[in-house]
Amino acid sequence: MVRRSELLPAGTRVLGPRGVSLRIYGPAVLVGGVFTGLALFLAMLSITLGDFDMRLRDVPAALTGQASPLVTHIVVDLRLPRVLTGLGVGAALAMSGMLLQRLAHNPLVSPDIIGINAGASTAAVSTIVVVGGTALTIASGALLGAVTTAVLLYLLAYKQGVSGYRLVLIGIGVTAMLTSVTSYLMTRTDLDTAARAMFWLTGSLSGRGWPHAVTIGIGLLVFAPLAFAMARQIRLLQLGDDTARALGGRVQLARAGLLFTAAGLSAMSVAVAGPVTFVALVAPQIVRRLLHERVVGLLPAAACGAVLVIGADLIARTAFGGTELPAGVITGALGGPYMLYLLARTNRIGRGG
Amino acid sequence: MTVNTTTAAPRIAAQELSLRYGDTPIVDHLSVHLPAQRITTIVGANGCGKSTLLRGVARLLKPSSGTVTLDGTDIATVPAAELATRLGMLPQQPLAPEGITVADLVGRGRHPHQRWFRQWSEEDEAAVASALEATGVQDLAHRSVDELSGGQRQRVWIALALAQGTETMLLDEPTTFLDLAHQVEVLDLLRELNQERGRTIVLVLHDLNLACRYADHLIAMRSGQIVAAGTPEEVITPQAVSEVFGLDCEVIEDPLSGTPLVLPRPKDTHPHRG
Repeated sequence: MVRRSELLPAGTRVLGPRGVSLRIYGPAVLVGGVFTGLALFLAMLSITLGDFDMRLRDVPAALTGQASPLVTHIVVDLRLPRVLTGLGVGAALAMSGMLLQRLAHNPLVSPDIIGINAGASTAAVSTIVVVGGTALTIASGALLGAVTTAVLLYLLAYKQGVSGYRLVLIGIGVTAMLTSVTSYLMTRTDLDTAARAMFWLTGSLSGRGWPHAVTIGIGLLVFAPLAFAMARQIRLLQLGDDTARALGGRVQLARAGLLFTAAGLSAMSVAVAGPVTFVALVAPQIVRRLLHERVVGLLPAAACGAVLVIGADLIARTAFGGTELPAGVITGALGGPYMLYLLARTNRIGRGG
Repeated sequence: MTVNTTTAAPRIAAQELSLRYGDTPIVDHLSVHLPAQRITTIVGANGCGKSTLLRGVARLLKPSSGTVTLDGTDIATVPAAELATRLGMLPQQPLAPEGITVADLVGRGRHPHQRWFRQWSEEDEAAVASALEATGVQDLAHRSVDELSGGQRQRVWIALALAQGTETMLLDEPTTFLDLAHQVEVLDLLRELNQERGRTIVLVLHDLNLACRYADHLIAMRSGQIVAAGTPEEVITPQAVSEVFGLDCEVIEDPLSGTPLVLPRPKDTHPHRG
C-alpha cells in the first residue's frame, strides 16, 4: 500500500500495510539504484577482465559448474571473492563515513581522520612486524586495534557526554600519535617486513579470498542493520541536543551508538582490505551532493562506496599493464584532489557541506 | 481577567529541586507548582535561573537533588519517549537543519509517536496539518525555514511543539529577538492554544508588562529562588519589582487589559518641572 503525503518533502512516498508506514524517498531510491547497477556492472567487468580474459557468459557457467575447471577456479576461487570483498569493503566504509559525518555535523570527518583506521593500521603493522602473522592474524589485529581506538576515543572525548567537535579534535590527535607509532615500527624492522607492512597499509584487495568476503559479509550483517536503525536518531540529532531530548531522544546513547556502529563498519573493512583511503570521506559526500542534504542516504552511500572500491580495484589491476597496484593508491590519487576541492568550496561558501 | 490560579490542580510540581552546571549551583532547593491548563510565566533578571528551572522541569538537565512530578509521577521514572508525548519543550534558540522545509521540521515533532516501522502514520499527517493550521503557517508548508521572518520561524517552532501533541508546553523565551508586533502575535497564539485547546503553557519571558498581560500565574525568581508566585496583580508590586530586578518603578493598572503595568522611574526626574 502506497500513500502520498501533502506534507513530507516532494518525492517521498509512505509505504506499508495497516500499522506499518515506511518513508521512501524517491530520489534516494534512484541514486541508490543507479550506483547499485553501476557496482554490479563493474563487478561483472572485474570478474571477466584480467590476465585470463573471459566472456561474460562464462561467469554464470562457472557459477553453475558448467565451465572448464580452469575458468571455474578463476571465477569461483579468485575473482568472485575478491569482487565481493571489494563491494563489501566499499559499502562498509561509506556507511561508516556517513554515520561519522552526521554524528560530528561535519562533512570532512571519516574513520581515516578520527583515528579508527589509524588504530587498525598500528595494530596490523605491529602484528606484521612482531608476530609475522598470516592474513587472518593481521585481520584480527586490525579489528582489535580499530575497536580499541574507538573505545579510547569515546573515553577521551567524554565530558558529560560526547560532542562532535571534541570527538574530531581528539581523533586528529589520536591519529597523529598512532601514525608515529606505525612509522616507528616500520623503521625498526627489516626491509622485507617493512615492504609487506607498507603494502598492507596502502589498502588493497590483492589476494583476498573467501575468508575475507565472509568476514566483511558478517560485518555488514551485524552493523548495517544497526546503521539503518540509527537513521531516525540522526534526523533527531540534527535539531540540536535540547530539541532532540525534548522530543524523547536519548542523545548520548544515540551518539555512542553512532560512533560504535561507524567504528565497527570501518574496523571490519580495514581488517579485510587494509585502510583504503578516502572512500569513507568521498562516497557520503557524493551522495549528499546528489540528494537533498537532509536525507540520511545510507543505502545510496553504501552503493556509491562499493562503486568506488570496485572501480579503483579494477583500474589498479588492469590499467597499468603487468603491474598491479593496490586499490588504495587509486582511491588516494582520486580522493586527494576531491578533498582539496571540498576544502576550497567550504572556504568559499563559508560553511560545511 | 481574574482566574483563580490557586484552585487549579498542579500539572507540574518541583520539590526541593537543585540544578547545577558542573559545580556551579544555579537553582537551590526550589519548590514550585505549575497549574494545569493555565499560562504560567516565569520572570526574573538575567542569570536568575529561570531558563535553568525550565530545563530542569523538562528533564533536559538532571537535578542534583529533588524531584519534578508531572501529574503526580516523578518524571525521572518516566521513559524518555513517553515523557515526550506528555511534556513538550521549546528551547531558547532552537536549531533548524539547513534548507529544511516548514512541514518537514514540524513533522519531526512527531518523533516520540514514531517507531522504526511506523515512520509516518495517518495520525502524524493529521497532527502536523492541524499544527500548521493552528499556528497559521500552512501556506508556508513547503517553504524553507531559512527564508522565513523571525516571527514566522517562531510560529513554526511552536507548530513543532504542537505537533508533538503534548498537554503541557514549556517555552524558553519564545519572543526574544522578535519585534513588538511579533511578540504579541506569538503570545496571542499561545493564549489561543491555552483557551481553545486547554494546553498547559509555561513560558519564560523578559518583558514584565507582556508577562502580566498573558499570565494567569506569574512566578518571579531571583538568584535561583522563587521570590513570589500568584496572579500578576498579587506578584507585581513596586517592592517586588525592586527586589527582583533592582528597579525603581511605579505600578499602575494597564488601561487596556487591567493587568499591572510597570513604569520604570526615570533616574533624572524633575518633580518640580511643570
